Amino acid sequence: MRDYNTRVVVLGVAMLGGSSGLVGSFTLLRRRALMGDALSHASLPGIALAFMLATTLGYDGKYLPLLLAGATFSGLLGVGCILWIRNKTRLKEDTALGIVLSVFFGAGVALLGMVQQMKTGNAAGLEGFIYGKTASMSAMDVRLIFYASLIAIALSFANFKELKLLCFDEGFAGSRGYPVVLLDVLLMSLVVLVAMVGLQAVGLILMIALLVIPAAAARFWTDTLWKMTAYSVILGTVGCVIGAMVSAVFPNLPSGAMIVLVCSFFFFLSMFFGTARGVVARFLRRRRLNRRIDRQHLMRAMYEQIEHPDRSDTSALKPGSEPVRKTKVSIDELLLVRSWNWKRLMAAIRSAEVDELMQYRHGHAQLTHAGFIEAARLTRQHRLWEMYLITYADVAPALVDRDADNIEHVLEPHVIDRLEDLLEEQELLFPVPTSPHELGDGLTSSEEGILP
Amino acid sequence: MIFLLGDWISDWDGSINGWIVVIGCLCAASASLLGNFLVLRRMSMLGDAITHAVLPGIAAAFFISGTRNSMAMFVGAVIVGLLTAVFTEWIRSVGKVDEGASMGVVFTSLFALGLVMLVAAADHVDLDPKCVLYGAIDLTPLDTVWVRGLEIPRAAIVLSIVLVLNLAFVILFFKELKISSFDPALATTMGFSAKAMHYLLMVLVSITAVASFESVGSILVVAMFVVPAAAAYMLTDRLAVMIFFSVIIAVASASLGHIAALEVPTWFGFRSTTTAGPMAVVSGLLFLLAALFGPRYGVVVKWVRRQSLSWRILCDDIVAILYRAEERDTAMPGLAGLADELFASSLSIRSALLMLRRKGEIEGSDQPKLTPRGIDRARELVRSHRLWEQYLVVETGAETNRIHSHAERWEHFTDRPLRDELDRVTEAPDIDPHGSPIPPENKL
Repeated sequence: MRDYNTRVVVLGVAMLGGSSGLVGSFTLLRRRALMGDALSHASLPGIALAFMLATTLGYDGKYLPLLLAGATFSGLLGVGCILWIRNKTRLKEDTALGIVLSVFFGAGVALLGMVQQMKTGNAAGLEGFIYGKTASMSAMDVRLIFYASLIAIALSFANFKELKLLCFDEGFAGSRGYPVVLLDVLLMSLVVLVAMVGLQAVGLILMIALLVIPAAAARFWTDTLWKMTAYSVILGTVGCVIGAMVSAVFPNLPSGAMIVLVCSFFFFLSMFFGTARGVVARFLRRRRLNRRIDRQHLMRAMYEQIEHPDRSDTSALKPGSEPVRKTKVSIDELLLVRSWNWKRLMAAIRSAEVDELMQYRHGHAQLTHAGFIEAARLTRQHRLWEMYLITYADVAPALVDRDADNIEHVLEPHVIDRLEDLLEEQELLFPVPTSPHELGDGLTSSEEGILP
Repeated sequence: MIFLLGDWISDWDGSINGWIVVIGCLCAASASLLGNFLVLRRMSMLGDAITHAVLPGIAAAFFISGTRNSMAMFVGAVIVGLLTAVFTEWIRSVGKVDEGASMGVVFTSLFALGLVMLVAAADHVDLDPKCVLYGAIDLTPLDTVWVRGLEIPRAAIVLSIVLVLNLAFVILFFKELKISSFDPALATTMGFSAKAMHYLLMVLVSITAVASFESVGSILVVAMFVVPAAAAYMLTDRLAVMIFFSVIIAVASASLGHIAALEVPTWFGFRSTTTAGPMAVVSGLLFLLAALFGPRYGVVVKWVRRQSLSWRILCDDIVAILYRAEERDTAMPGLAGLADELFASSLSIRSALLMLRRKGEIEGSDQPKLTPRGIDRARELVRSHRLWEQYLVVETGAETNRIHSHAERWEHFTDRPLRDELDRVTEAPDIDPHGSPIPPENKL
């Protein structure tokens, strides 16, 4: 950090990382992450043309603002083409990006081929726009990046609400009278702005990476837009600083590539450990839900078993038989009730035992008092929904079990209340209503119902 | 054009230009064959991603084999190209990230990794990333091999093999590709794995991309993956026809592109330029033509169709207004009155009146008046309109004050048989729900 040059580079890439993280989070949500890719490629013919024009007219061809103007012009032309193809033809966004990227870049390559034959003016270094020269960034570049970042920040804060609406619900934004096309153009112009100053400073690949990776990584941590934008800015800045410093310490490593690698390391960290959408977080949430469902299935199965202790005795199936709490239910019987395997059932029993809902001894399970209340409550919910389906949705009694099975786990208290009210009107409410269909093991109950 | 061709032929420099065109066409055709499916599957950016991402594969192959053996590098690049597709899919499904974003993450990371590996190996290798991007199609004819006494550029042989491979793939698996591109779920129920087709396609895309950019540069293959297929998509709805068109467009852009590369720069005083760039640009121009003038989906064609429809409706409305005014014996509306009533500019009313006068349906310039022909047209329209109103009230029980706008829309698309049917269903009424008389059908 003592070195002046290193400081310039670190400062420059930090600001660039921040502002592209900001712009990138909008384009990511707009599902246009690769827009930066297409635009960066599309700027090449503008650069070459600006150089040719300037040299032909006798000016210095590599005068930076002129090249930037050329790049911006052809970048904006590229945006126009992409929007035109997307809105006016039957082609989709990705194809529009692909067409503009390859055709514009092709034109740029052709023009560069001609530029290299020019006797006046030294064309060498124009490729810097594509490969970048991160390690030799000048104070001038940093100043440009600073101004561009200021504009990007100011514009996106001033239009934060509008951009948010555009990203999440374009149609709604249009119906509320927001100028959707104009906002789209504004967003794309921000991308062009950031990409153009960044392109000549750090090169094409790093620019694309900065526009995509921090925003994609930030998405894993939150579901709120302003937080995501903030995280994305932070990730972009920190990734750039670390990458630039690593490559300053090991001068062999190209700084642009190191920044990309640091950022993608952040991305993978976020992908796995992000709190909102990370893989681990989603896995845990899913497992918690599965366990809850298993628990509820177990409790209901217990209740149904003790309701009818002897299933071969059909007289026990008649409505209104009182369940006996202390009845012991063998695990074999429970296994038959639904298609769960022994391991899963035992896991559910063990966790219910920890919560003192049941006792398990010698292959037999028995509900505790708390467990009995819980089981009765769950069974009641299940049967209320079944009654509701039969009464109001005209579903055949043989078919309601499965439907209720899916929904019972997500019934909220106020839904139960509403169900009770509805069924009370029909005078169908019982403390725990009896099952509206014959009980059997999960595999045969529906068949029994269908057969005459 | 003739002069241009003449110039070009006189420039023909041994067989070099011929070989460049042949190699360009081979690359373009093989890329565009697969490109159709990339465009249909919304994976157009994959070509770009793969060509950037293969760098670490090349570097790793160099590390492992220790030579610049092109076969090892080819295999390494294809493997990494395939990995790009696999990683993209993996991040998309595991991380629930938008496809474009996951592609962006993967290919930039792989490219950066490749750069670091290349720099690490920089002391003893002269791999130039610029060569990978720009390619050197203009130099390919110089790298030749002898086959049965013929001197053939190596790139031509490699790309021919790729073309045959792709062609065989598309022909053999046409049905499977078609179904899995349009409806992966149906493909699975029909007993073949849409996923397997996806990855088979990815393998071939990688092979094509690597083989092409090794010889002609990435820009040409990226363009040929997307642009010809997109142009063909603007021309047809049938997959087989689309593939056929895309290959033709690809070959045309390769050939015309080479001519352009030789000729266009001379207009500005340059010698000639690299060939791959103009090939991409020509394909872009061909796409523009297809997008503007495609028979069914062309932007211009659609615009003309819509304009002619709105002209017809405007003329219909004018004669109907004149007819009603005549019927009620009120004053004929003038130009301003018509413009006011139809929410149209006076310019478009004026031109519509001109058109009607040409067709002999109205007469009089300041105060338009229907001729007998005009009255026939107007009577059909008004009859349709009032029959519809009657039908809506009788058959659907619509309220009288809400039927006008429906009838106003449908009157333009109601022909004689439909009118007869409406007449029959509503039991041949004489007056409509508003009490206006329903005019009789024209005598033939």
